[in-house]
Amino acid sequence: MDDLPFLEIHRVSQWFDSHEVLRDVSLHVKRGETLAIIGESGCGKSVTLKLLIGLLSPTVGEVRLQGRSLETLSPRELARARLRFGFLFQGAALFDSLTVADNVAFGLRQNTRLLEGEIQNIVRDRLHEVGLPPSICGKKPAELSGGQRKRVGLARALALTPEIMLYDEPTTGLDPIMTDVINELILQTRAQRPVTSIIVTHEMTTVRKVAERVVMLGPVAHLRPEEPQIVFDNTPEAAFSSEDQRVHQFVHGQACERLRELAG
Amino acid sequence: MSSTSATAPQGIIDAVGRLSLRAMQVVGDLTMFAGQVLTATVTRWPRRDVLLTTCHQVGVETVPVVMVTGLFIGMVLAVQAYNQFHQNHLDSRLGALISSTLLNELGPVLAGAMLAGRVGSAMAAELGTMRITEQFDALEVLGAQPVRHLAVPRLLACCLLIPLLTIVTDAMGILGGWMIATKMFGVLNHAFWQHAERVVGYWDLLTGAVKSLFFGGAIAVIACHRGFRCSAGAEGVGQAATQAFVISFAVILALDFCLGSILNVIYFYLWPVS
Repeated sequence: MDDLPFLEIHRVSQWFDSHEVLRDVSLHVKRGETLAIIGESGCGKSVTLKLLIGLLSPTVGEVRLQGRSLETLSPRELARARLRFGFLFQGAALFDSLTVADNVAFGLRQNTRLLEGEIQNIVRDRLHEVGLPPSICGKKPAELSGGQRKRVGLARALALTPEIMLYDEPTTGLDPIMTDVINELILQTRAQRPVTSIIVTHEMTTVRKVAERVVMLGPVAHLRPEEPQIVFDNTPEAAFSSEDQRVHQFVHGQACERLRELAG
Repeated sequence: MSSTSATAPQGIIDAVGRLSLRAMQVVGDLTMFAGQVLTATVTRWPRRDVLLTTCHQVGVETVPVVMVTGLFIGMVLAVQAYNQFHQNHLDSRLGALISSTLLNELGPVLAGAMLAGRVGSAMAAELGTMRITEQFDALEVLGAQPVRHLAVPRLLACCLLIPLLTIVTDAMGILGGWMIATKMFGVLNHAFWQHAERVVGYWDLLTGAVKSLFFGGAIAVIACHRGFRCSAGAEGVGQAATQAFVISFAVILALDFCLGSILNVIYFYLWPVS
């Protein structure tokens, strides 16, 4: 049983109308592993995360959690399976009409029979864990800075003590210090609980700091028909020293001929 | 020459076909969505605090708008009807016309229109913004179904509160009509109320309530549907809000005609002599 990948994408292709985003992608993640998915904008990184949690159904192929295909789950089973995941959205996706405390408490109120006092204690603990003071509890998301929103989003994702954390571009749009704060929080989360983490990011500092393994997706439009979409799958160190031109260009942020390719 | 004349009608047929297909898709999708919302409503009601907050937004905050609108419509009705009635020496019957028109038609339609404009478009914009900022996805990840969590409280609030808003509109309209008729045109106070009482019955109140219930349901379902199907960007949210109002208003008028006809048939079936 332990030989089974904890989370697996098996020969998945994803189309939106006539637009192909993922082509025959296979990927597995071991329990407790921290995987970073990198690649150009529009190559299907965020789509991959949404497939993993069952927010999207693959056009072809299947996604398996501990060997069981998400497609075979009933809506109720899928909803229960999703509670094993925590998801930090790119823009945090906090509920605008609720206060910070109500946002963090949302999942607890929805899925547990805890008393309100216990919920408030968990909310305070989670906010403290991500470095936010209790005075922030009554604020609405619109009153928060980008970094605070991300940290409230992380506190909300951690409230139900997930086994798997999915981070969708957790540091995008943040200053370098706040980027490092979020990276530290990802490391802290992993140190405090046995969690499997998948991080979609463009930031190579994040990859270098938190990831154990890196997968790079290539944009489908630039692939030859038989070429696999996963163009790299190894450690972060190997990514930085890779001689593959596509990986090298991405990791070191070198445009080379890309501007002309994009224009033409 | 012949090929040009052949392609023109073909282009029109293509366009009509495409438009019909698109309209059928939208209507089909709206019907499926309405089914989902109704199923979710009958299977489990939302939490009391969520329902009360939505009721406050839908009902309490709409009261001033319907009060002002109702008052002016009643006043306009009195002004417009007075000239016709005065020529036929029927001034005293203004109360009957104003009360009957407001209770049966204008009250429910106006309350519906105001709700569609103030609440329906706001609902569509709010839900649309939630959709494009991944808040729907966040709900699902946290174990809540967006339809159950967002659409059901809005449907219940609209259905429960629009009959009350209609009563407020009716009352303010009759008050406005009474003010103009008695204070401006010198219609006797007792004559105004006597004729109103003679014409208006419980059936008229029921007609208004039934119509407003359907209007409320239609507004909520259409607004939520537009919000749930909102396309990306500020333009998408703006379109969702506009479409919510325009479609709701058209549906309110169509429903008003259909329900009016059906209720008339029922009335004459129940009381054939009258």
